[in-house]
Amino acid sequence: MLPDELTDPGRDVPPLEHAVRAEEDLLTARHAVRSSAVAAGFSIVDQTKIVTAASELVRNAYIHGGGGTMTITVLRDDRGRIGLRLRVRDDGPGIADVDQAMTDGFSTGAGLGHGLGGTRRLVDEFTIDTAPGRGTTITITRWKP
Amino acid sequence: MSAEAGLPILRLGDILLTGLLSDLDDKTALRFTEELTTRISDEGIRGVIIDISRLEIIDSFVARVLMQLADTGRLLGATMIVAGMRPAVAITLSELGLQLTGVRTALNAEQAMELLGWRRPAEAPHAP
Repeated sequence: MLPDELTDPGRDVPPLEHAVRAEEDLLTARHAVRSSAVAAGFSIVDQTKIVTAASELVRNAYIHGGGGTMTITVLRDDRGRIGLRLRVRDDGPGIADVDQAMTDGFSTGAGLGHGLGGTRRLVDEFTIDTAPGRGTTITITRWKP
Repeated sequence: MSAEAGLPILRLGDILLTGLLSDLDDKTALRFTEELTTRISDEGIRGVIIDISRLEIIDSFVARVLMQLADTGRLLGATMIVAGMRPAVAITLSELGLQLTGVRTALNAEQAMELLGWRRPAEAPHAP
């Protein structure tokens, strides 16, 4: 758990968990993120950024990670600020060199190699927890301005 | 309607007008590229407009598909124009660092038609 979830007194929306095992789950995941972002009152530009970030991470999870889950949490910090947190976890091979994976232009899959580095630019907070053989968990948060 | 990929490809003279949808997957993208390429070659197509106004997001996968489509068509001698990107998508794409290198863009399909030399009549008749 990240600190602001522990001290989150106003969270009234329970986290939603979605399985991401195959391509079909990508659309479901995107729609779920879009609805949460709309419900949380994000602007159309912010919605687009969050859904794009989710799309990159979910695709990574089933292509590189062999499938996993995406959890959506609506946050409210002690100043009343609303945020949307996505956690995408897989039980795949993990990432040996995180710095390399975060570099633009690096790709082992079908994208353009901007997936992780680009995703980080689309959100306010980005954490990655991975090691070879231990899977990968990426947590991103975007706060409403 | 395209029987293969399920995406409509309309023909206007020597121009093809087509579009992408948000549920594009790898298989559809591949079939669509093949079908478009075949039609460009078989029908002597001069220009292709790919309308993306219905795309709600462009992630690195869709960006790669667009770049490959544009590249393939261009290699056959057709002018490829991607038209109608939503403003929010443009902002996101730019922040993501995806420049769609080599892809010609237009504000909408009508502007793309003009880029391809399609002229509106001086006094366009108005619908009643």
